[in-house]
Amino acid sequence: MVERLLAVEGVSRRFGGLLAVDTVSLAAPAGRITGLIGPNGAGKTTLFALISGFLAPNAGAIRYDGETITALPPHQRARRGIARTFQVVQPFAGLSVRENITVGAHLRHRGRAEALAAADLVGREVGLGGLLDRPADTLTVAGRKRLELARALATEPKLLLLDEVLAGLNPTEIREIVPVIRRLCDRGITIMMIEHVMQAVMSLSEHVFVLAEGRIIAEGTPAEVAADRAVIEAYLGHGAAKKLGGGA
Amino acid sequence: MKGLAPILAAIVVLAAVPLVVESNTTLNFLVTTLLIALAGQGWNILGGYGGQYSFGHAAFFGTGAYVTAILQVRFGVNAWPAFAAGIAAGAFVGAVIGALTFRAGLRGSYFALVTLAFAEVLRILASVAPITGAGVGTLIKLDLHVSALQFQSRAVFYWVILALVAVSLLIAHALERTRFGAWLIAVRENEDAAKALGVDAFKVKLGAMVISAAITAAAGCFYAQYFLFVDSGIAYGTRMSIEALLTPIIGGAGTVFGPLVGALLVKALGEGATWIAGDAPGLNLIVYGCVLVLVIGFAPRGVIGIFRGLYRGLLAGKREAAHG
Amino acid sequence: MFSPVILIPAILNGLMTGAVYALVALGLTLIYGVLHIINFAHGALLSAAMFAAFFAFSLLGLDPYVAALLIAPLFFAIGYCLQRFVIGPASHGDDRNMLLVTLGVAIVVENALLYAFRADTRTIDLPYAFETINIGFTFLAIPRVIGFVAVFAVALVLWTIMNLTDAGKAIRAVAKEKLGAELAGIDVAHVYAMTFGLGTACVAIAACLLMPTFYVNPTAGNAFVLVAFTIVVLGGMGSVPGALIGGLVVGVVESLSGLFLGESLGQIGIFLIFIAVLLVRPTGLFGAKA
Repeated sequence: MVERLLAVEGVSRRFGGLLAVDTVSLAAPAGRITGLIGPNGAGKTTLFALISGFLAPNAGAIRYDGETITALPPHQRARRGIARTFQVVQPFAGLSVRENITVGAHLRHRGRAEALAAADLVGREVGLGGLLDRPADTLTVAGRKRLELARALATEPKLLLLDEVLAGLNPTEIREIVPVIRRLCDRGITIMMIEHVMQAVMSLSEHVFVLAEGRIIAEGTPAEVAADRAVIEAYLGHGAAKKLGGGA
Repeated sequence: MKGLAPILAAIVVLAAVPLVVESNTTLNFLVTTLLIALAGQGWNILGGYGGQYSFGHAAFFGTGAYVTAILQVRFGVNAWPAFAAGIAAGAFVGAVIGALTFRAGLRGSYFALVTLAFAEVLRILASVAPITGAGVGTLIKLDLHVSALQFQSRAVFYWVILALVAVSLLIAHALERTRFGAWLIAVRENEDAAKALGVDAFKVKLGAMVISAAITAAAGCFYAQYFLFVDSGIAYGTRMSIEALLTPIIGGAGTVFGPLVGALLVKALGEGATWIAGDAPGLNLIVYGCVLVLVIGFAPRGVIGIFRGLYRGLLAGKREAAHG
Repeated sequence: MFSPVILIPAILNGLMTGAVYALVALGLTLIYGVLHIINFAHGALLSAAMFAAFFAFSLLGLDPYVAALLIAPLFFAIGYCLQRFVIGPASHGDDRNMLLVTLGVAIVVENALLYAFRADTRTIDLPYAFETINIGFTFLAIPRVIGFVAVFAVALVLWTIMNLTDAGKAIRAVAKEKLGAELAGIDVAHVYAMTFGLGTACVAIAACLLMPTFYVNPTAGNAFVLVAFTIVVLGGMGSVPGALIGGLVVGVVESLSGLFLGESLGQIGIFLIFIAVLLVRPTGLFGAKA
């Protein structure tokens, strides 16, 4: 197994005059959970779009599992084991929950019966067991987040990109889903998660990257990053670190 | 609906019709109904299941009709291989248009516009090209033998088109049960989410386009054999494009029986309008247009959608009553 | 064939035809820019307006340029009602549905015209239709000159409405940011309906400008609208300058290729350009992202 499953090297992406991602380099070690945090508009979701293939970088390269995948389209990255959830959940509205997950399962199972069975298993694992026959558009926010997760899991990924999978959940729901994520990591899936729910990110991640205005401004263990002066300033404004009397 | 039983039942019932109905007028009505049901099922594969709304499906209908006719009339090819060639030609045109438009990433209104434009280009070409007979059209010689795929009895024609419709029903049925179908529907619902799950959206859409074109082309080939005359307006005119999309939308887009149910309704409405207000030009289409708007406004899932909704409502009611 | 004596009049004629194309395209691009739908009913509405101009002349004796003052508001109202009471409600805001609904409207209008007036082609006989102005090296047909000037007058009026009136500001707000406009208290359904009305009024004026030199039948509008679609796609969906410049360019190109290539191939040429632009650069030369 490659030590760094994912390596983003000097990647930049520009939209007209805006440099959304500016020479970002980071890595996701295999089998670990890596956090990606930063204030709103920092470019985190853009980075995920670059990693999953929905956007092409203007500069830099992306390496995954020993291969340079910078030019690969999204569906081929998915086939190689990169799965992502979307920040704005996108269920297949006209289908049932099980049918939704089956679409993901079909990536690895050609036959319908096998795919349905696999979808069933994944659905239960994620906690949607009782809702499998319901239409996907009747789910609550928490249910939809689980569905996003289930669909991505059904593709049997090696790298799972979670984009704010906890957003919009109440504390109880968060407490229920965090162990699910941890169990995935225990199974060997590499996870990179964008999160604003600090408690969850800091407790789940082993390594954290901080993105602000398109640039990596800090990285390290959760504790190191939380005490980092630049990070505090990015979130709380210039001079805040001094005021708080902290800072590395 | 599970299993092949409903399809078999429908086909058996429909096949028995000529045994009780003798009137040529009625048989003709039914033949033309099944014709647009077939064309509609073609549209349904791409539009209903795939969510790509084509406004120019006549491009495939007309190609099937013209190739079938021209091969017989100008090259002396036998009707049966000409029929098959017509289907293949339609599929090929579908592949070309699909490759161009999907490669360019055209969706929604742009896709509708471009397919409309392609159909119009073909219509204009057909109206001036010598090989199609240009403005005069192409006439297939009357030759009432099986070998020429022409029949004395309307009933036999009816069974031929019914057989084609049966195949198209089976194709739709198969689509609902295969990986390809699941991927196609996913692309319809949300193309980006589908791509993120490993679906090659381009290939899937292209595949659907080719199948769709082949089915609608088959309707065109049959038209040529039944009416023995094709011209650019009949082949590539907007009327067939409209009927091809109308029947599945009214009957229920993305369902196996939608186009068939829709075809029956559309033809019945057309006949009703003629009966009430006489045989005036444009009347049928006024009714079709109004029905289209009304269906989209009040029953976007078509007639079958209405029944499914009622069925689900009944089930939910029963469940509540049982648990209550 | 390259002598200026032939080329220049061809170009001038092209510009004048192009101006009317531009007006039709303007209506289309306005509707797209705000409602983000491609109005498939545009052609049928043009045909309907042309019939209105025809009857205004043959029944009421009204000169089409005068009739425009009546027909434009009438069609504004028709467009408004269509969007407000038919297209808007039936579509439930879904893009795919809107596509089908405008198609449905197009089918109904075109065939209603067919049912009511049959397929015969009709023309009006304006006494000064064939009079020309002599500008030294060539003659220009008066109705076409009037048409050319009128189009720019309409463009100016539209600009005034868009930038100097409250209604115009509301339209621009909705075009830019619908949710925000809604939250600011703007009645989006009303704005959509007004925009549709304005687009239809443009088409109605174009119809009046066309009648003196053209003919009308239930499908006449379609030919123009196809060209208008091409212009809008070429100039960029939602771009007003794109529609105007694109219209003039297409008019000139059509005139010159008619000179060199002949009639029926011209039609295909327009379709092929249309397809090519859609495939290569759907956002057009001036437009925003598709």
